[in-house]
Amino acid sequence: MERQFTLIALFAALIAVLGLVPKFTLASGIPITAQGMGIMLCGTVLGARRGALAVLLFLGLVALGLPLLAGGRGGLGVFAGPTVGFLIGFPIAAFVTGWIMERMRGAPVFPAAIIAAVIGGILVLYIPGILGMVAMLELSVTQATLSMAPFIPGDLIKAGLAAALTAALYKARPSSVLSRA
Amino acid sequence: MLTLTSEIRTPYHRMRAGAKLAALCAATVALFVMDSIAAMALASAAVAGLYLVPGMRFARAGLGLLKPVWFFVALVLLWHGLTGDLQLGTVIALRLIAAVALANLVTMTSRFDDLVEVVMWGLSPLKRLGVRTAPLGFAIVLVVRFIPVMLDKARLLIDAWRARSPRRPGWQVALPITLVAVDDAEHVAEALRARGGFDMD
Repeated sequence: MERQFTLIALFAALIAVLGLVPKFTLASGIPITAQGMGIMLCGTVLGARRGALAVLLFLGLVALGLPLLAGGRGGLGVFAGPTVGFLIGFPIAAFVTGWIMERMRGAPVFPAAIIAAVIGGILVLYIPGILGMVAMLELSVTQATLSMAPFIPGDLIKAGLAAALTAALYKARPSSVLSRA
Repeated sequence: MLTLTSEIRTPYHRMRAGAKLAALCAATVALFVMDSIAAMALASAAVAGLYLVPGMRFARAGLGLLKPVWFFVALVLLWHGLTGDLQLGTVIALRLIAAVALANLVTMTSRFDDLVEVVMWGLSPLKRLGVRTAPLGFAIVLVVRFIPVMLDKARLLIDAWRARSPRRPGWQVALPITLVAVDDAEHVAEALRARGGFDMD
């Protein structure tokens, strides 16, 4: 019980740290940060409910004024801006990722995690993200989707890395992968 | 602890956090109801005025916090320009800037501890339903304490990588960072159990 609690708290911190370490830049010039990978990891490692709680804890701290989003962003302003849909999507994405991970308990960790991370961390994340942009910027769904399309290849890479990390973590510390408990 | 609260003293710092949040909600709703370019320009000027009251240094700090918004301002003007409705695009862009700036103003003028208090106060009705809200306060403390610790360990790991490899640190460094986080969680959990665990209040 205490371990679940501390794992939730530390994964919330991990999302922050993954946002603060240097970004990579894809060949196309789009910067990718590891923060989205942190969201996926919350789902694949902690499972649906605890993964979502970790992300909610992280978002709560961002709202309270800590500069924890990639690039040192934070505060209430980010919830008033056009990426608010993605912020709302973060805990949902972690939940769905974890849910799929838990359902696929019979499968080996890596394939389960990559499926979970792609469906939960990308597909489910982009739906509220794009809808948020549509609402805030009064764009059409097509325009918003086209604007976000360049980021998807980076996200696919992140999903693969999150899956590889989860598999490695399962080998090194199997008891910490709560989604398989 | 590094927060986005500004060190420049403003009259807003003295206002109660709860009152500022309530005013922010009302103002944001109002912004989203307005749709004429005149009203939006007026609102934006008012927000700019709020920032200029404590002085130019504060206003410039506020401008710095708006950096991520400019990309979307450009995006909005581009898309709405292409569909021939630049006026709507300008209204949306101004609304975006004003809403984000107002929210940032609350963040810049409210202390972290005061905001946490407001959250705990807001959750207090749940206590009557039997839900324990104290663990949330503790969770916040834990995360805040661990972020700098984890960052330091991450930087050590990145340095260790650099000492051993001519290539830039890649994604592989994320594994030891995660392992360290998991192990730290285990240690803290043990420390918690040693002190009586969660059933102490």
